[in-house]
Amino acid sequence: MERKGKIRVLIAKPGLDSHDRGAKIVARSLRDAGMEVIYTGLRQTPEQIAETALQEDVDVIGLSILSGAHKALFPRIMELVKKKGLTDVMVFAGGIIPKEDIPEMKKLGISQIFGPGTPTETIVRFVFDNAPERT
Amino acid sequence: MSDKKKLTDTQREKERWEKTTLPKWIHNHPERRSNFHTTSEIPIKRLYTPEDMQNLDYLKDLSFPGEFPFTRGLHATMYRGRLWTMRMFSGYGTADQTNQRFKYLLDEGETGLSIAFDYPTIMGYDPDHPLATGEVGICGVAVSSLKDMEVLLDQIPLDKVTTSMTINGPAAMLLAMYVAVGDKQGIPRERIGGTTQNDMLKEFFAQKLCIFPPKPSLKLVTDIIEYCTRHLPRWNPVSISGYHIREAGANALQELAFTLYDGITYVESILERGLKVDDFAPRLSFFFASHNNLFEEVAKFRAARRLWAKIMKERFHAKNPRSMWMRMHVQTSGCTLTAKQPLNNITRTTIEALAAVIGGTQSLHTNSFDEALCLPTEEAVRVALRTQQIIAHESGAPDTIDPLAGSYYIEALTDELEERAMDYIQRIDAMGGALVAIEKGFFQKEIADSSYKYQIETDRKKRIVVGVNEYTTGEEIPISILRIDPKVEEEQVARVEKLRRERDNRKVEEVLKKLHYAAERDTNLMPVIIEAVKDYATLGEICGVLRKIHGEYKELIVI
Amino acid sequence: MLAGDRRKTARAITIIENKLTEAQRLIGSIFPHTGKAFIIGITGPGGSGKSTLIEKIIREYRQRGKTVGVIAVDPTSPFTGGAFLGDRIRMQDLSTDQGVFIRSMATRNYPGGIARATKDAVKILDASGKDIVIVETVGAGQSEVDIIKVAQTIVVLFAPGLGDEIQAIKAGIMEIGDIFVVNKADRENADKATMDIQAMLQLNNKEKKWKSPVLKTIALTGEGVPELIDEIEKHKFFLEKEIERKRSREKAEAELVEAIREKVASSIIVELKREGTLEEFLQKILEKKMDPDSIAEKLLHKKFGKPVQKR
Repeated sequence: MERKGKIRVLIAKPGLDSHDRGAKIVARSLRDAGMEVIYTGLRQTPEQIAETALQEDVDVIGLSILSGAHKALFPRIMELVKKKGLTDVMVFAGGIIPKEDIPEMKKLGISQIFGPGTPTETIVRFVFDNAPERT
Repeated sequence: MSDKKKLTDTQREKERWEKTTLPKWIHNHPERRSNFHTTSEIPIKRLYTPEDMQNLDYLKDLSFPGEFPFTRGLHATMYRGRLWTMRMFSGYGTADQTNQRFKYLLDEGETGLSIAFDYPTIMGYDPDHPLATGEVGICGVAVSSLKDMEVLLDQIPLDKVTTSMTINGPAAMLLAMYVAVGDKQGIPRERIGGTTQNDMLKEFFAQKLCIFPPKPSLKLVTDIIEYCTRHLPRWNPVSISGYHIREAGANALQELAFTLYDGITYVESILERGLKVDDFAPRLSFFFASHNNLFEEVAKFRAARRLWAKIMKERFHAKNPRSMWMRMHVQTSGCTLTAKQPLNNITRTTIEALAAVIGGTQSLHTNSFDEALCLPTEEAVRVALRTQQIIAHESGAPDTIDPLAGSYYIEALTDELEERAMDYIQRIDAMGGALVAIEKGFFQKEIADSSYKYQIETDRKKRIVVGVNEYTTGEEIPISILRIDPKVEEEQVARVEKLRRERDNRKVEEVLKKLHYAAERDTNLMPVIIEAVKDYATLGEICGVLRKIHGEYKELIVI
Repeated sequence: MLAGDRRKTARAITIIENKLTEAQRLIGSIFPHTGKAFIIGITGPGGSGKSTLIEKIIREYRQRGKTVGVIAVDPTSPFTGGAFLGDRIRMQDLSTDQGVFIRSMATRNYPGGIARATKDAVKILDASGKDIVIVETVGAGQSEVDIIKVAQTIVVLFAPGLGDEIQAIKAGIMEIGDIFVVNKADRENADKATMDIQAMLQLNNKEKKWKSPVLKTIALTGEGVPELIDEIEKHKFFLEKEIERKRSREKAEAELVEAIREKVASSIIVELKREGTLEEFLQKILEKKMDPDSIAEKLLHKKFGKPVQKR
């Protein structure tokens, strides 16, 4: 069934990490692939991220973090996402997240973690294929 | 035979070579790409000949090391007299842990300290601030008050060791703490040596660790430079940085041009305070990246020195040769290092470090091979330090000054980079300067476009990154990574809470009021910040006062 | 959603944006609950400090006890069909304020479509209980002018030295603006810009009952914002007193005409497609055998059985 409307993606940078080169490239690539990308800039709290996802009714949330603070921040973000009823939103993450942490992050509900060096097309393809259908 | 005739002969013979010898080879072995260029999009010729150097005037363009325009080096003996400072950026966890790491590195032969602070410290937050959750001690050392700085520098003689502090927004506060420790050690302030990065301009378009908006940030930067000029003569108050601009995605040319322009802007802002250029310029320092196109990087360093010397002499009328010196620290590139097959990063870092040495840097940090995975383990940082030591003692590279001078390729590249950088400088001048350009998003757009282009080229395999898009192996050898104990955050919060209970809170309240008053007027804030720090006001409290007055900066997004 | 449930509000906006089948029913059912919010349009070129100003405006209204909804419109790329929606970044600190709801919308490039979608989104925020709804667009271009017409008070923003006064005149913004603001008023040419705009307005203002003022603000510090809000409230009062009711009736009639036009057209085209005769008619046009007007008349005659009134 052809999708009605556009895929809306929130690209978020939680915590104090200021490395946004990758997040901006992903945002641009998703835009160039025909999606609507909401980018909220640096230093977002879990509350801001979850609330933005709700107000913007996004299909996908992409979290970018390189500071190592994912262990503290991701659980909080996923908790809020669930609490606000955004259970059908697909969440993926990228940045510097050690391999050993990935199973734990996936258990929280994060669909995929992309490490440094992932081709942009892989990420775009993944979002296309896994963004939930809106009826 | 006259020079002119030699040149014409060479040109003629080159054409002959291109018509007779070359075509056969192209036919049998077509070139790997249809065009070759540097990261700055400067076309790389198949061959460089005396033709490419025909306009070079040795005495005017190169001259001698230690003499204008300093292309060949700042000092007459360079590394034959003294090797570059091996200064490894380090910091993690608690002040005590980092103090141990400092001692380890000094024992292993590093010759200067460089402090990496954690994100809450960099953003001027105490560890119990909501935004500090999960971040304390993770990317660097947590320093919340003078107490932490005392532990951090325990048994480090501040008159014998110089320290670089990578800190921007709260640079004044951390410098104040450092000075306070020096005072406690009984060292006269004129003997304290080191550097504060204190380069806010690049934060607005590259590193993004800004607290206050541009105008008040620039004022604080200038306060620090002015204070150091008068009271801390051995301190480099600012490290005008290109590293972050490069890491954000700029190419070598943009790194060069934008960094120089930031330098120009700072000089202009200090001159507006009434200081004379020769009073402060000798203590301005620079910080560049070194990437893996070795020849482009070497040319970049040489062009940088020549350009800055000319700018200081012609634009700002400096008379003291030291005002024209571009003293630089270099860090090998982080973004060229990969998470896949991390041992390859040792090779990359070696090429990059070699470029910095051949390029004549004063000080060098080499990244560890686990850069893309975590903070460096002891083993990884040791290998990185050894890389420098091997270059220093086994490669022969430091045994003569500016070894690549006279290379047709290097001189052509140096000239090209200089010319193109000047174009950028003129463009930004015409725009109205750095603050206007930042507001218009000029730097941000240039960087975003370069970084996007780089990614597309990598995705499409027009640029090969070994181990990532080519020569990929199926399995990864697991390497051990450094993990920060989550208890660090708990302990740091407890420490700060204890400090708040045990200090003289009345004094703290008073000095913060004093700061508020001073900050609303045009006074230099350094003296009152030093006072505040000595009264054990926390970093978050001091920055909080300024946040209230100036507000927080929200960046302009350009993708 | 009417009770102010944020999730439902957000989903409702998506429904009308995507023109899903429930969209019609949804708008129909909330319509009785609209008309309470006051709608402010804020337009201005990029670099004028719109988003920063809006953030301050929201704060000021919140201080005055009002709830605020924001629709921030950004262009869809004509090449890729995608959009980068970055306006809310300057308002992000307010995203967790339960009295504020911010939604970013892309123009999605169907002619007239975004104006319609924005209108409906405003209705949704209105029905969800917001006292104030702010619509933000970039000021250039006809579609942006159409979007902003959904507002009751239109604020036009300038920043000194950007040179866009001419652009604004071209796009017809000067005619529909109710309040003009020169932001970044601490810059050199702020006074000159203010005087230039005042001069341009003098002619327009002569004919109008509401004399559009020109204000100065410094969005970064919030200076001039309370005064701007006061002016907006003044305009609101003016509208309430004036022939607003007449205008609303005219507006309602225009909306009805538009709705009929759209539905008749689409239902006839759907029929033609079903009968398989659409291609035939298109060919006739291409071969210049028949013009679109005549074809339309023929079809309407067939549908309604009597000649349509000649223009």
